Amino acid sequence: MVKLEPTTPLQGATPVEVGTMVVQEVGDLRPVTSIAPYPGRQKAVSDLLKKAHGITFPKPNMFLPGKEASCLWFGRDMALLIGVVPDPALAREAALTDQSDAWAVLSLRGDGIEAALARLCPIDTRLKQFPINSTARTEVAHMMSSLTRMSETEFQLMIFRAFARTALHEITDAMEGVAARG
Amino acid sequence: MRITCPICGERDRREFYYSGHAMALDRPTEDAGSDAWDDYLHNRDNTCGEMQDLWYHEMGCGAWVVVTRNTATHEVIATKLAEEAAS
Amino acid sequence: MRLEGQGLLDRSRRIGFSYDGRRYLGFSGDTLASALLANDIKVVGRSFKYHRPRGVFSAGSEEPNALVTLGHGPGQEPNARATMVELAEGLEAYSQNCWPNVDFDVMSVNDLFAPFLGAGFYYKTFMWPKAFWERIYEPVIRRAAGLGALSPEAARQKYDKAYTFCDLLVVGAGPAGLMAALSAAEAGADVILAEEDTRVGGRLNAEREEVEDQSGSAWVQKIFKRLCEMPNVRAMTRTAVVGAYDQGTYGALERMAPEVAARSGAPKATFWRIVARRSILAAGALERPIAFQNNDRPGIMMAGALRAYVNRWRVCPGQRVAVFANSDAGHRTVADLQAAGVHVAALIDVRPEAECTLGIPFYPGAQVSNTEGRRALEAITIKQDGDVEKIQADCLAMSGGWNPSLHLSCHMGGRPVWDERIVAFVPADGTIPGMTVAGAAKGVFSTAGCLQSGVEAAQAVLDDLGIKRAKVSLPKAEDGSYEITPLWSVPGKGRAWLDFQNDVTVKDVTQAATENFRSVEHMKRYTTQGMAPDQGKNSNIAALAVLADSTGQGIPETGTTTYRPPFIPVPIAALGAGGQGKGFAPERFTTSHDRTIALGAPMIEAGLWYRPSYFPQVGETHWRQSCDREVRMVRDAVGVCDVSTLGKIDVQGPDAGAFLDFVYTGMMSTLKEGRVKYGLMLREDGHVMDDGTCARLGPDHFLVTTTTAAAGQVMRHLDFVQQAFCAKMAVRFVSVSEQWAQFAVAGPKSRTLLEDMLGQKLDDTTWPFMACGHVSIGDVPARLFRISFSGELAYELAVPARYGAALFDALLSRAEALEGGPYGMEALNVMRIEKGFITHAEIHGRVTALDIGMQGMMSRKKDFIGKTMAARPGLVDEAREQMVGLKPIGTVKQLISGAHLFNPDAEAQSENDQGYITSVGFSPELGHMIGLGFLKNGRARLGEQVRMVEHLNGISTLCEVVDPVQFDAKGGRMRG
Repeated sequence: MVKLEPTTPLQGATPVEVGTMVVQEVGDLRPVTSIAPYPGRQKAVSDLLKKAHGITFPKPNMFLPGKEASCLWFGRDMALLIGVVPDPALAREAALTDQSDAWAVLSLRGDGIEAALARLCPIDTRLKQFPINSTARTEVAHMMSSLTRMSETEFQLMIFRAFARTALHEITDAMEGVAARG
Repeated sequence: MRITCPICGERDRREFYYSGHAMALDRPTEDAGSDAWDDYLHNRDNTCGEMQDLWYHEMGCGAWVVVTRNTATHEVIATKLAEEAAS
Repeated sequence: MRLEGQGLLDRSRRIGFSYDGRRYLGFSGDTLASALLANDIKVVGRSFKYHRPRGVFSAGSEEPNALVTLGHGPGQEPNARATMVELAEGLEAYSQNCWPNVDFDVMSVNDLFAPFLGAGFYYKTFMWPKAFWERIYEPVIRRAAGLGALSPEAARQKYDKAYTFCDLLVVGAGPAGLMAALSAAEAGADVILAEEDTRVGGRLNAEREEVEDQSGSAWVQKIFKRLCEMPNVRAMTRTAVVGAYDQGTYGALERMAPEVAARSGAPKATFWRIVARRSILAAGALERPIAFQNNDRPGIMMAGALRAYVNRWRVCPGQRVAVFANSDAGHRTVADLQAAGVHVAALIDVRPEAECTLGIPFYPGAQVSNTEGRRALEAITIKQDGDVEKIQADCLAMSGGWNPSLHLSCHMGGRPVWDERIVAFVPADGTIPGMTVAGAAKGVFSTAGCLQSGVEAAQAVLDDLGIKRAKVSLPKAEDGSYEITPLWSVPGKGRAWLDFQNDVTVKDVTQAATENFRSVEHMKRYTTQGMAPDQGKNSNIAALAVLADSTGQGIPETGTTTYRPPFIPVPIAALGAGGQGKGFAPERFTTSHDRTIALGAPMIEAGLWYRPSYFPQVGETHWRQSCDREVRMVRDAVGVCDVSTLGKIDVQGPDAGAFLDFVYTGMMSTLKEGRVKYGLMLREDGHVMDDGTCARLGPDHFLVTTTTAAAGQVMRHLDFVQQAFCAKMAVRFVSVSEQWAQFAVAGPKSRTLLEDMLGQKLDDTTWPFMACGHVSIGDVPARLFRISFSGELAYELAVPARYGAALFDALLSRAEALEGGPYGMEALNVMRIEKGFITHAEIHGRVTALDIGMQGMMSRKKDFIGKTMAARPGLVDEAREQMVGLKPIGTVKQLISGAHLFNPDAEAQSENDQGYITSVGFSPELGHMIGLGFLKNGRARLGEQVRMVEHLNGISTLCEVVDPVQFDAKGGRMRG
């Protein structure tokens, strides 16, 4: 009997602390499923999500956190259901695809983290413009990403699993530049 | 340059991939004839002024966007989802 | 010479620095220029063309003369403007454009040849004889040209770049900028205040003026403190806004303070992209020189600069100072000098009606017509009413008026307008969407006027943004008038400089006009006036006034040249920040990467992915040995290869089949569940875009694969087709390339390996060729595909990526037990060439399905992308180059991809070209090199001979044209 051991994208490489900032992999191996409602079925999907998981289908640029299940807007006609395996009934209204292993999930936090992000990513992360639970699909150091504000001082960054090391390098580099300014 | 993605909002042009005139949305039928197909594939006006072109929000939400802009002033006048422009 | 008094220096902090290897002292708050002047260093550079000695000319960003090199070795920075270099302990500065040194420069011999070196010298002189150009002229000119030099070694210093956003960007923090920022910030707007200087205040730091009954600089500090305390204000000193771009984007270069840049991990500078809803240009004005004979001697500088040196830095470059002006600026300068206890030798005022009560020799209605002194100014000649008088002076301050600093307002093609009132160009309205101009940049030259202009500009912006104004009181300040008599150049013989940096004189400009380079843009290029870092800051208006005079046009009709970004020089390293080393491109690693590296495999890039070339074993000294062994290993036993890099797209929905029918040439909707089909996608122009497999995992569930390098392109294409033409179809797709780690297990023993690992039968009945389905490895769900890119019995096994590393290890140990092991890209490539399988070497964008022999895959039963155009006569012509196999049959056995094919007896010239080779490899099975290529009408020519000619190395190989499939033609090994 073969026993395969799982590894996370950045197994053991984080946390990395630079000055007041920290980058740490969220390597909790929770289920992550992309939900893409078929044309005109978004409301039906949202209703099913509400019934089965107590959460709705998010509007663009929104993160809906929940105790067990959270829902993260993830692009045109797509959201990620995080934390639970989706109710199979959803498959009638939407394409469900397992993405649990596709993305490296990083927590970026601490004072100055916005300044570090400004060096990585072309979007406006001012609290007023990008309040808590805002999310964006954007570019981070030439890589596709999903960036979400979790709190005033914490962001969640999702990057292709295969880019995890490059992302960590770029983030650390940006943090060092910011920290050195004092 | 900044483009307003109808889904994500205003974003830096670095998130977008450019793909020429929006007439690419008007695909001729299979039997439309070679003139229609030549026009569709190859013939473009070199517009000075307002034109519509296609941008793909590749580093963002994945939407194809029709951008109306002025090629002389670089003003972005309007944006619309290709999905809506086509249907 | 340092004067008594505080200025804006911190006299308690002495700073040691070196210039040309000699040690000097300055104070905290000094610039390199003020510190050099304080140490009585007069010659700080040599001019570009004539190598004339030059001294500090200005006190700011516009400095044309005092260009120095900072540091030495890797990271040395040439052409730094000494006026903008902050003095720091240990600073090393070197003069440039001189040899052996700045005081004695051999190239100054050019100055004697000046009559021959006028405008257009290069164009006229180096034309003939033609043969001289490459061998003599170019090397000599290259040696002589340019100012400072970069180090040939790579710089280690880091730069970075960043984005930032605001409601209002204020460019310049003089009185107008400060009041604009304050007014907007008090109302609650997010404000960025950018100032190139190390301290805010602009001219208020340089003049003796009171604002609100305190010194201007004290008032500035009070306002600045208030701004810094506001959370919605970001005051960025040392930050020059260098360009205005589309949709409110501005480029800005922020230099780090020396003590910050010295820290580990700190950048030397940051290039900012500032996105501002609105901007206020309050960049002030630049004082303009007057052209007269020998107006470039060290010791001659701008009057405003002299006041700045005296008032801010407590430095005076001379002990007998003369002042030459065409406005009240002269009187103001004299008063400041007197207040500082400096002896004033004369005031020369161009205006005949001017009066003077300062008790110094006064020359109204007069002009300075010449100067003397080689390495430093010694005397000036004054012409008044036909009388000529020579007086001793070691410093001459001049002022020809002020030009609004309007450059940014012109960066999007706008042209400035002429304002007769101040005899200068001012920005036109609305040239940059969202930009308002305030203060001196708009032609408002009194302090009171600037303060008010700043408030008004901010209020207009607030109204425009719908933000309620806050009450701001206007401080009391000087409100003098600005009366000026235009004077561009003093008539006379000899050279009178317009552009100090590029050594352009009045004569050069008039000569350009004489030679019919009468358009201002032509004159600029012919004379080089206003080029390079200067960008017309000092010279532009005077030069075009001289041109206007020569051509008989007015100045407004002559117009200005085009102001382009950047406003100040920006290091390429700052623009390209983050692009060095690992920052050049992201690295994409498979889950087997660490193990692969541990096995010593050299990696090769495939798109952004890294894949193993081969896995060397002990004793193997050449890649071919490893490659040949790996090919035999797969053909004889079993090999394992990570194929996770191929694009994988999950396609679902009731209309998934119909959608795939539209993007593939073949019919996918009829594919049986649990089966895989090879598919070809075309571009709309009928050429092949990509190939791959399509697996049906469920009734409404397909998995599409793409080639590694084209995955992004295919996703973009599918998104386009779906959104543009199929928006109503019930289909959705998403990339799962990252979700699944996938490994090819290939070779006759692959079945044994997998049956043992999965604990199930995989025979030809349960898992026939092109079958697919769900399996499990222990308790891990997996997918198995019986597909082959090697021509052997082979499978691809996919697991969720978290298990990728573990599965690769497990597969390797099982393979090794069966005399197998891992194989890399080289072996993979050889095997697929043996089998005639294509990659993007073949489907390179110009080939059709017919060219690669896949015309049978073009379904007639449906429309699909590329179908119509693929039927164009030119694309179905049998005479097209078609894919064939090639094998060497003469004495030369080498095949080279990229080489061209000719008929054996034809001359190897393009008109005889028959085709080209796309892929080659050495087949250990066949014992010779094999190739794939494209040959005119190739399929009908099997058995014929062609000659491969590789012109670069002169290699010629006689080949036989063979079927692309050169190994196991019937495919028995693969199908079982």
